[in-house]
Amino acid sequence: MLKVISANRAIAEAVKLSKPKVVPVYPITPQTSISEYLAKFVADGDLPAEYIRVESEHSAISAAVGASGTGVRVFTATSSQGLALMHEILFVAAGMRNPIVLGNANRALSAPLSIWNDQQDSISQRDTGWMQFFAENAQEALDFVIQAYKISENENVLLPSMVCVDGFILTHTVEPVDIPSQEEVDEFLPDYKPTHSCLDPEHPMSLGTFTDPNYYMEARHDMEVAMEGAKEVIKAVNKEFAEKFGREYGFIENYRCDDAEIILVAMGSICGTVKDAIDSLREQGEKVGLLKLITYRPFPVDEMYDTIKNADRIAVLDKNISFGIGGVLFNEMKAKMDIDARGFILGLGGRDVSPEDIKNIVDITRNSTDSNKINWIGLKEEES
Amino acid sequence: MTATGATVKEPGSSKQNKTGSWRTFRPTLDKDKCIDCENCVLFCPEGCINENNEIDYDYCKGCGICAEECPVKAIKMERD
Repeated sequence: MLKVISANRAIAEAVKLSKPKVVPVYPITPQTSISEYLAKFVADGDLPAEYIRVESEHSAISAAVGASGTGVRVFTATSSQGLALMHEILFVAAGMRNPIVLGNANRALSAPLSIWNDQQDSISQRDTGWMQFFAENAQEALDFVIQAYKISENENVLLPSMVCVDGFILTHTVEPVDIPSQEEVDEFLPDYKPTHSCLDPEHPMSLGTFTDPNYYMEARHDMEVAMEGAKEVIKAVNKEFAEKFGREYGFIENYRCDDAEIILVAMGSICGTVKDAIDSLREQGEKVGLLKLITYRPFPVDEMYDTIKNADRIAVLDKNISFGIGGVLFNEMKAKMDIDARGFILGLGGRDVSPEDIKNIVDITRNSTDSNKINWIGLKEEES
Repeated sequence: MTATGATVKEPGSSKQNKTGSWRTFRPTLDKDKCIDCENCVLFCPEGCINENNEIDYDYCKGCGICAEECPVKAIKMERD
């Protein structure tokens, strides 16, 4: 059924269709309406779940870990400072192999305080052991949540997932979204049946225990094996989803890359703007393309490199910065691939990115001789 | 072997962690000096000295409290 809704509503609808048993959430702009929709669904009896009104995000994710330990499906959502407050327990959720799904409305981190969009919050959680999927629009937000449960709960994966949507740009704008029926989703996503970890008085076990140096490294190595193994599972789940719902996804989306001389790489809602800019540049005969990165963790090096290896130059767009080295995606790509790339920092704290900015990025990429320069786009020049 | 998520499914598994590997100094008892007062048995925080004053080196962490509390200096701490 086609409905005109926001990405936050799309995530809430996907959660309702995925039928988690426990939903601990703490509201924070711009995620708040996810927690409000879910509260309403539970109050109206449309989502038979335990909705826990926690006192902080640290508690929200802690309750999610505890609930997941009882062997049920769990959802939580947050943004920015909330995700940062969860940081400690994000490691715990991944280490305990809890297949929690978290909706993150991407927002800048303080200071200075900002409620507007960039992707610093989720990028900063890249080492926690969570898978991360970045949506370009509300439809992808809905589709990724449903698929995330199936990927996370696969017994060869058992790692939590973060579905990331750009704050305000997606969370507070509406667009037509195809909402699948409950029957279709039930067929695609059966109930979660825990195999590794489940608190049950009949079969007692200890979860989240202390380990001495004899055990810790193996547990962490298992996580890396699971994260790498998740790639096969993601492929299979994407394929099954396409067969069932008719929408095809991969680790990446190749937008007019095949003969492109310059390829831009980006994540999230900015990809819509980039595609428009590429279309108009193509009309002027410029061979440009976009690699949209959907699955940021696990990092799909092979699929990315296959798509960009024939291009002359790559432009990597980062809505984040690791101070002292530059955009995180730019540096990760340079570390893993033999490419001639230029890095761009843009859209921090909600700074608008226009099609003109994208055309400017293409020009800089073509003409720049300095591959180490961190290029800031849309930065106001100081008056002299 | 670590179970997925480092879950522990058998009760009493902490016995499998031989904490004696943490030890730097090893207590040894000179039975000729020992007056069998059992101070070491009472003071050992790991409970790893038995009623015959035998030290269980699988779990002794080498804290040296037994040697400190021994009234006749019958226990020596030596580099392990």
